[in-house]
Amino acid sequence: MSRIVRFFIGIAAVSAVLLYSISSLNSDQGYSGGNTLTIYNWGDYIDTDLIKQFEKETGMKVIYETFDSNEAMMTKIRQGGTHYDIAIPSEYMIDKMRKEDLLVKLDHSKIPNLKNVDKRFMDLPFDPKNHYSVPYFWGTVGIAYNSKMLGGMQIDSWADLWNPKLENQILFVDGAREVIGMGLNSLGYSLNDTDRNHLLQAKNKLDTLTPNVKAIVGDEIRLLLENEEAAVGVVWSGVASEIMAENENLEYVVPKEGSNLWFDNMVIPKTAKNVDGAHQFINFMLDPKVNAQNTEYVSYSTPNKAALEHMPKEMVEDERFYPSEELTKKLEVYENLGKKNLAYYNELFLQFKMHRK
Amino acid sequence: MENKLTRTLYAVPYMLWIVLFVVAPILLVLYYSFFNIDGQLSFDNYEKFFTPVYLKMIVSSFWYAFLITAITLLVAYPAAYLLTKTTHKQLWLLLIITPSWINLLLKAYAFLGIFGTYGAANSFLEAIGIGSQQILFTDFSFVFVSVYIFIPFMILPIFNSLNDLNPTLLDAANDLGASKWTTFRRVIFPLTIDGVKSGCQVVFIPALSLFMLTRLIAGNRVITLGTAIEQHFLVTEDWGMGSMISVFLMITMVLIMVLTGTRKRGA
Amino acid sequence: MHKLDRKLTPVSKIYLAIIFFILYAPIMFLVFYSFNSGETMYNFKGFTLDWYKELFQDTRLLIIVLNTIVVALLAALISTIIGVLGALAIHNARKRKAKNALLSLNNVLIVSPDVIIGASFLILFTLAGIKLGFYSVLLSHIAFCIPIVVLMVLPKLSEMSPSLIDAARDLGASTWDVFAKVIIPYISPGIFAGFFMALTYSFDDFAVTFFVTGNGFSTLSVEIYSMARQGISLHINALSALLFLFTMLLVVIYYFITQRYKPNGMGVRK
Repeated sequence: MSRIVRFFIGIAAVSAVLLYSISSLNSDQGYSGGNTLTIYNWGDYIDTDLIKQFEKETGMKVIYETFDSNEAMMTKIRQGGTHYDIAIPSEYMIDKMRKEDLLVKLDHSKIPNLKNVDKRFMDLPFDPKNHYSVPYFWGTVGIAYNSKMLGGMQIDSWADLWNPKLENQILFVDGAREVIGMGLNSLGYSLNDTDRNHLLQAKNKLDTLTPNVKAIVGDEIRLLLENEEAAVGVVWSGVASEIMAENENLEYVVPKEGSNLWFDNMVIPKTAKNVDGAHQFINFMLDPKVNAQNTEYVSYSTPNKAALEHMPKEMVEDERFYPSEELTKKLEVYENLGKKNLAYYNELFLQFKMHRK
Repeated sequence: MENKLTRTLYAVPYMLWIVLFVVAPILLVLYYSFFNIDGQLSFDNYEKFFTPVYLKMIVSSFWYAFLITAITLLVAYPAAYLLTKTTHKQLWLLLIITPSWINLLLKAYAFLGIFGTYGAANSFLEAIGIGSQQILFTDFSFVFVSVYIFIPFMILPIFNSLNDLNPTLLDAANDLGASKWTTFRRVIFPLTIDGVKSGCQVVFIPALSLFMLTRLIAGNRVITLGTAIEQHFLVTEDWGMGSMISVFLMITMVLIMVLTGTRKRGA
Repeated sequence: MHKLDRKLTPVSKIYLAIIFFILYAPIMFLVFYSFNSGETMYNFKGFTLDWYKELFQDTRLLIIVLNTIVVALLAALISTIIGVLGALAIHNARKRKAKNALLSLNNVLIVSPDVIIGASFLILFTLAGIKLGFYSVLLSHIAFCIPIVVLMVLPKLSEMSPSLIDAARDLGASTWDVFAKVIIPYISPGIFAGFFMALTYSFDDFAVTFFVTGNGFSTLSVEIYSMARQGISLHINALSALLFLFTMLLVVIYYFITQRYKPNGMGVRK
């Protein structure tokens, strides 16, 4: 008995020491003070130097918390129990949150830097007049492919994926909207189609792609493509730009049949305590220089027109990641299709996954 | 044997835990399972569950859980046995556990690298003349990594049972002329059955609801009930259906417990 | 490779060596790439210590690591105590039905996927008005660690022969004495096993922690999983390498200290 008791007392003592050091570290950082701003964001999705700069300029202390999916983030905000002053969800989620009354209406007079944002990324269907959100990053969904592995083969459309040469070479991301949407696009339907017949056609068309599909994976798709585990991947442009920097054999193309245009926007959730600070933060992030620095760190495409001037030319002029207005007009933004349609998308996606066996 | 007061007192924290963190969530999950996707009270989820898609999923979940448990047991039993024979056995045992303290996602990423086309495993296969194979996204890699994760959970209880075996018992069996195999079958195994049972429970039950590895290592070639629950909760936000599947898992688990629990205990 | 007892045949040694090799292979992989001057876990471009340097400048990450360790230690400690009591309660249940019912309830949290546990705990905590943060995370970790402790302790209890307790009682031992001097020493390997497995559960948990955390409190798993979309930075590898080295050192030091003062080692009766 005494040995166990001694062991347990030892553990308790170690915990006490650790708790003490945490609290002293926390107070060194000023986290215990009152004037704080809590940001809820994807992991590693901001240049932390900018947070320090923001703290210095405003005297606020920033608490940075992270999430790994839009849905999980929304659950937390809906359920409450904790305060987030800023969150950065994707566009379809903003529509949902707006309709569920989870967002604070923005006071545009407090965000003068809003003028820096490219007009084509404002006033979109998921948030008319940008009452609730301000664009943070944007991008497309497309095909990343390894031209060396494919012997110089060029890909420029969804239809190319059905080429028998690509047997067991394609990786998909694990998203029902992305994969079923690709099927819809390849048939010439809209990404936001809810017609059951069209969806079924898309699913049947996808089933014929099975021999070419190597796996349906999550975020690890970047590692797999970069390491030449497969030659083709359907990915977000942000992922593509990062892996292309690592592996020069990779190419990225937005298929000509059309594709998805996505956004991550900054919002102020209803749980916010420091609404003023949140506005200040949004305005800060829209500052051209700050935004340029953040964009170089994250390496996604920025919607901030003024920031482009502060960025390297080869980045800004890369048509693959900064497509012309002509092209972006052809792309569709995901609409919130409602729970029932989304469930149907997922059911089809599940059947597609199971079909592969 | 014991007076009533101490009997009830010592169990208070545990019972409190059962009420607050087990019974309350069960009721919550049960409650949700009767709501369909539109938020109406109905049996829709229960009807939907008995469609070919889900039945197929149940079969595959059980098959893989069984496979994983069986292989883990086959690997872990001899390992536990040999560990009891080492000089610093407690140290070796601790060293079996420590790798499991490294984040699972990171280890899964490492396996992606090791099992990849240009990874160490394939270089090895090349070197011994078998040639490069696709290892990732196969049943093999999925079962391998799952077994990897569960090995410490199986070794520990078996080790603890083996370690207490009375050596004189084995000597006696030897003296009576029993072969090694007979000794194992008739003496060692029956005496460690409690450890084996406990090990199988802590492997089989969570293996039923594995989800992350099905995507990371199996590339969604393996679909289990855990994957489905995950998706219903996080993607479709159809908490009702997710809860329903979870209720099913709980009922299955209770059945397993009752079935394995009724067996007579060895003396 | 390993210093083994003479009783082990070469084949057995090879078998154990292979097991250890496989268990440690992915960790060696992670450590190896923590020295990569490239950005990812592939294409080793050159040797660098930059990731380690970056690590030591990151106070936020340090706090998160400490949080993770404290939660794991405390959760393992408390859940072990409650779990042992629970195992005793299950063991002492006279009716088989009661025993089965308790065991089934015990295992509910093991069979439930993390998302469900996380979501239902979140609902419970907000209903109870508990502020999300350190305490809610600690409570949840204790909650999901208890069943594993029970499952590790139970086989030791059922192996214990009742005559042992009877003998103690015949010698005039009180209930407390029987508990402290007979039962606990006998089941202590199970207790330690439960403690260490609880640590494993706590370190690894992402989904439950994610749902019940808040107000600036975060753990390493939450941090790592939420990095996945942007790609996990190699300084996480460096961090894992350091933590791993540190753990190994602790384990070895701890083992030899207990060896010196207690010839019986960690809770094992010879």
